[in-house]
Amino acid sequence: MDILNAIVTLLNFVIIPATAYGAQLALGALGVTLIYGILRFSNFAHGDTMAFGTMVVILCTWGLQGMGMDGIGPLPTALLALPVGIAVTGLLVVGTDRAVYRFYRAKKAKPVIYVIASLGVMFIMNGIVRFIIGVDDQRFADGERFIISARTFRDMTGLEEGLAFRTSQGITIVVAVIAVALLFWFLNRTRTGKSMRAFSDNEDLALLSGINPERVVMITWLIVAALATTAGTLYGLDKSFKAFTYFQLLLPIFAAAIVGGLGNPVGAILGGFLIAFSEVGVTYAFRKVVEYLAPGDWQPEGLLQLLSTDYKFAVSFAILLIVLLFRPTGIMKGKSV
Amino acid sequence: MKKILLASAASLALTGAAQAQESISLGVILGFTGPLESLAPGMAMGAEMAMAEVSASGMLLGGTTVTPVRGDSTCIDASAATAAAERLITSDGVAGIVGADCSGVTTAIMTNVAVPNGMVMISPSATSPALSTAEDNGLFFRTAPSDARQGVVMAEIILGRGIDTVAVTYTNNDYGLGLADSFQAAFTELGGTVTLVAAHEDGRADYSAEVGALASAGGDALVVAGYVDQGGSGIIQAALDSGAFETFVFPDGMVSQTLVDNFGSDIDGSFGQNPGTDSEGAALYQAMASAAGYDGTSPFSAEAYDAAALILLAMQASGSTVPSEYAGSVMDVANAPGEPILPGELARGLELLAAGQDIDYVGASAVELIGGGESAGNYREIEIQGGALTVVGFR
Repeated sequence: MDILNAIVTLLNFVIIPATAYGAQLALGALGVTLIYGILRFSNFAHGDTMAFGTMVVILCTWGLQGMGMDGIGPLPTALLALPVGIAVTGLLVVGTDRAVYRFYRAKKAKPVIYVIASLGVMFIMNGIVRFIIGVDDQRFADGERFIISARTFRDMTGLEEGLAFRTSQGITIVVAVIAVALLFWFLNRTRTGKSMRAFSDNEDLALLSGINPERVVMITWLIVAALATTAGTLYGLDKSFKAFTYFQLLLPIFAAAIVGGLGNPVGAILGGFLIAFSEVGVTYAFRKVVEYLAPGDWQPEGLLQLLSTDYKFAVSFAILLIVLLFRPTGIMKGKSV
Repeated sequence: MKKILLASAASLALTGAAQAQESISLGVILGFTGPLESLAPGMAMGAEMAMAEVSASGMLLGGTTVTPVRGDSTCIDASAATAAAERLITSDGVAGIVGADCSGVTTAIMTNVAVPNGMVMISPSATSPALSTAEDNGLFFRTAPSDARQGVVMAEIILGRGIDTVAVTYTNNDYGLGLADSFQAAFTELGGTVTLVAAHEDGRADYSAEVGALASAGGDALVVAGYVDQGGSGIIQAALDSGAFETFVFPDGMVSQTLVDNFGSDIDGSFGQNPGTDSEGAALYQAMASAAGYDGTSPFSAEAYDAAALILLAMQASGSTVPSEYAGSVMDVANAPGEPILPGELARGLELLAAGQDIDYVGASAVELIGGGESAGNYREIEIQGGALTVVGFR
């Protein structure tokens, strides 16, 4: 019984939250890594692209809720609004590319110029989001909140510890798996996907073989818009939406992309989960788990917490530094930074 | 240089003249802009209503009238607040200050402006325990209770409900830390156990890690010393979602309609307290405020009325509008012995004082000044029942 309790506690506070968080980070890091692979710069505006996409989804969800929708069965209405969000965000990023990045592409500017330009884009997007939806917490989740709630689980199993599995966590994991499968199918099996990979591997050869660079760039932005909006909406459903919290997400997302190997999609996914599990695992207090497992009165005095939760963001930083020092191309051999 | 000297001499002379004349000014420094801007109008209306009442009575020091002068404390910007206070004293020549509102700017104004200029300040809403021991030369008072007092009240309420182990999380600022510290000290002294005191940052998207640590520490209830519009709600959401805690304790920053709007009956059985009283004075004051066209139940509005009234009554008792002379009388008029004075009865208070009799100003918030001149504090105990805030008692 005690072992079961320990496992349930661990699942409830570490494994389930970290898996959902990891899936959100992975989707975000995939977007960053695609831009890096094909356009060859670190897109600082990615966090706020996510915020923008989520904002459109929220506005659309509110519209649907205003028309009397209350979730698609147990699922949140936001899923229905997601395609609209992706379309609008796609327009925005392609527009940004036309207005800003194409200019620098024509001039063959250095990557650092792109990075600074993307920083400017980030501030503008952030301003737009704040201006349109405001800086407060916005609630848009509906439908069934739990697949299984802590209380139900306790009543069902008679265990002392509860296990909560939220609908948003379930959806996050399922949607992330579908999105990643679609992306890999696209990159590996379709003609356009192959041309994107060719462009990423060797730009000059790709141009020689007749690949249209502007088309590749546009498709990349559209995919990035889809990934960013999906990641942002899932994060907003699972946690909460505030205009500026997506800016804070930039650090773990970049850490995930770099740890996995910039430009490498498999690496981005691995990196996302690695960062998520480290962040949650390192700041979790393991006292309760050990209490259940330890024999007799061998009870720990302290909380068995490696780092206070205040230092959560420091974990991504630390991992980032260690990887950059010892394996600059990341775990999966991406491009070096 | 000569010109500046001349100008300041002239303005000094003017100020002196103004005080000798039939009208005095009182400063009202509140955060008309900033995080508390929604509360400031109700507080200013309260203070100004007391001044209007005294002016209309014609009893103050043989018929002196009182004019309010507003200043903006901004609640968070100490230099802006200090500049506003400087202006009130040097160019408007106020004889006393009602304010400021937030603890941080109140401390700044007190140490940088009020004490050097010998100005009396009565704050209606600064609750930081640090203000109790700050060096104020006897010039600073507050009609709001210190959070040290709230810590004790909260500890008594929790133990009174048979809960003796709790975890505490506080918002990482002066308010949260002060309240958490005072609560922990009081609760431990009364025989309870605090399993963990952990800070949380406002404005995050996700509080599951914070709740995870609190859950590991355990406890029968979670004390959330935060803000309902900020991280406090995030903590509760994460705790409910993971089933970590079911009973919560809410101090004044959390008790609001937003709380039940957000969580409804999910937090049934949770409880807490915020400043408030069921005294006769409170009801009288609310009726007066409604007649004047504003909401008298707005937080700290009653305290602001009392702050202004205390300054004016102290002037009457000492027969002087000079801050250093009437400061000593503030405690006398606020406390027993004497005739109790309720809101709306300021004229009677002035009359009794003029006749040389003692008064005990009770006012809208049942004022009783203790220690270094701060309100002893009255709290409403609330409980969430059936998804609604219910007042279950007063302490």
